[in-house]
Amino acid sequence: AMAARGVPAEACVGQLVLPGDVLLLPAHPDEDSERLRLGAGAARRGRLLCGPGLRRSGAGLMATKCGLLRHRPAGGGGGGAFWVDSQQKRYVPVKGDHVIGIVTAKTGDLFKVDVGGSELASLSYLAFEGATKRNRPNVQVGDLIYGQFLVANKDMEPELVCIDSSGRASGMGIIGQDGFLFKVSLGLIRKLLAPKCEIIQELSQLYPFELVLGMNGRIWVKAKTVQQTLIIVNILEACEYMTAEQRKEALAKLSGT
Amino acid sequence: MKDTPLSNCERRFLLRAVQERKRLDGRQCYDYRNVRISFGADYGCCVVELGKTRVLGQVSCELVPPKPSRATEGILFVNLELSPMAAPAFEPGRQPELLVKLNRLIERCLRNSKCIDTESLCVVAGEKVWQIRVDLHLLNHDGNITDAACIAGIVALCHFRRPDVSVQGEEITVYTPEERDPVPLSIHHMPICVSFAFFQQGTYLLVDPSEREERVMDGFLVIAMNKHNEICSMQSSGGIMLLQDQILRCSKIAAVKVVEITELIQKALENDQKVRKEGGKFGFAESIPNQKITAFKMEGAAVDTKDVEEQVEEIITTADPPSEIFTQPILHTPGTAQIGEGIENAWGELEESEKEEAEDEEGETNATAFEWEKTKMEDTTVTNKAEKDEPIVLSDSEEEEVVILEPQAPPKKTRTQPNLKQENTSKKTFNKKRKKKSRSL
Repeated sequence: AMAARGVPAEACVGQLVLPGDVLLLPAHPDEDSERLRLGAGAARRGRLLCGPGLRRSGAGLMATKCGLLRHRPAGGGGGGAFWVDSQQKRYVPVKGDHVIGIVTAKTGDLFKVDVGGSELASLSYLAFEGATKRNRPNVQVGDLIYGQFLVANKDMEPELVCIDSSGRASGMGIIGQDGFLFKVSLGLIRKLLAPKCEIIQELSQLYPFELVLGMNGRIWVKAKTVQQTLIIVNILEACEYMTAEQRKEALAKLSGT
Repeated sequence: MKDTPLSNCERRFLLRAVQERKRLDGRQCYDYRNVRISFGADYGCCVVELGKTRVLGQVSCELVPPKPSRATEGILFVNLELSPMAAPAFEPGRQPELLVKLNRLIERCLRNSKCIDTESLCVVAGEKVWQIRVDLHLLNHDGNITDAACIAGIVALCHFRRPDVSVQGEEITVYTPEERDPVPLSIHHMPICVSFAFFQQGTYLLVDPSEREERVMDGFLVIAMNKHNEICSMQSSGGIMLLQDQILRCSKIAAVKVVEITELIQKALENDQKVRKEGGKFGFAESIPNQKITAFKMEGAAVDTKDVEEQVEEIITTADPPSEIFTQPILHTPGTAQIGEGIENAWGELEESEKEEAEDEEGETNATAFEWEKTKMEDTTVTNKAEKDEPIVLSDSEEEEVVILEPQAPPKKTRTQPNLKQENTSKKTFNKKRKKKSRSL
């Protein structure tokens, strides 16, 4: 076995890790990661989740991205989770992610959708709610689609669907005709998608608008007028670089006038 | 790599916005983006940023035999390259059409306009002339490559110095820069390209289109002009038919823009020359601002909002996240205490113009100074233009002096009283007062 080098993972939480850093996991002598244990203890002691930016290596985790190490303690069914928060603009398809795609081609039964990754994703025309062979969805080239990845790994072309596992749309499907699409970094999207995001709450005080956030960095906004839409677009793009106070000031100025 | 396709909703939105005379970044229809020119350490090397579009220009020279048809003239060779880092659609072998078009345009603008005196490049007629080579590299594509490339070419040519040459009989001596100062090229005039994008068959016109706007435009017109109102080259593409008065209008707009840009170029060249003469530091390392890896900056976007009483445009700008705050006690001399000084400002720096105002007012007396503060408090317009947060110095105005009256006596305590009164006002004005009050000591 390799000589134990590396820092205990708990010590690094909230600090910067660089690719190649080895993080040692706390040793649980009675826990075997390969075998599921049945019994009273199983429900509580779930598996430790190795999140984005980390890879298992030997007894611990190796960081593959540079960023801040985060940890979610065990509880509520799953074991704890470790992941790396890094800044990135280019998207890599991940299974289960909800993304906004642009339809680039319509070939027979399949739509080719650009999701910002290295390959075009495929979307079957049957993957919409209520779609049958006779009742095809009305999708044109250039339309925007909000869907989730059914299949997304590095060996195959990713596959998008616009229904969830029970066959309902639950918000997915073709995005309406008006509005504007723009791109931001992935970190900002995660911030906006966090529950009770302040930015969204403050923006909603301004005026009503519709917002779709895709995990691939794309945001679709629609407000009543072009001007209002442009304001929201600019605020969201600037949110990346503004502190909370600056944002509050900017919004106060807008709503005050 | 394939470029991201333009979705229908983006196209529709952009066209609607153009109809309402709105642009994505809040500019007016005839406004240019910010032009920034920075020079490298070598003569003839410059980077021009037009908004986010960046072009690098480099000029070099070589002694070659002249063209047989023009035995007494030097040669100017211009080459534009679209680097793959500029846009995902640019691949090393794959964009011939756009490349050829741009190259021809820049060549016509720079070479055929005879902006450089090629006769002065002749060393020995028929045998040796200077060949000036301008290499332009596109580093980032955000629309309007022609304008940025043309400015880069002109600036690089104006900035360039060729080695001095002397001819004695049959002998040609080329002096190294150490032996004799290199000589600038002789430039007759500066042709600048101005690009126009047309929408809806010529009904709507935008100057300096960004990349999104270029994707949805119908037609494209480029006018190359110099500040003496001479048109050097004009090219219309996209297949829309333009009316005569439209073209005249465009040329008038171009005349105005060219004058502005030429002024900017002159200023940048003068600044660089001044810095070099004074022996200061120059080059890209100095002119490209020092950015920490965790501090990002974005340019301000002017967003139009209706119902704004005081200002027509609103600026939503960005700043870096505040740096680490360190507090350190400041003691001027032994025997004094620290009251209110040396504490780092955690609320953001004053905007430039406010700072200038604050410093302008320093010349007033104390009494009027206090009144001024009161009025400032009332009409506080909260501006968002904060810059990089730095530890606040007491004041960088030369007029303001902090004078310790009696080293042993504690500083005047009157300062704290007005501060208490203004506690409820906005934090920015509070800051300003703190700065100002130190003067009264």
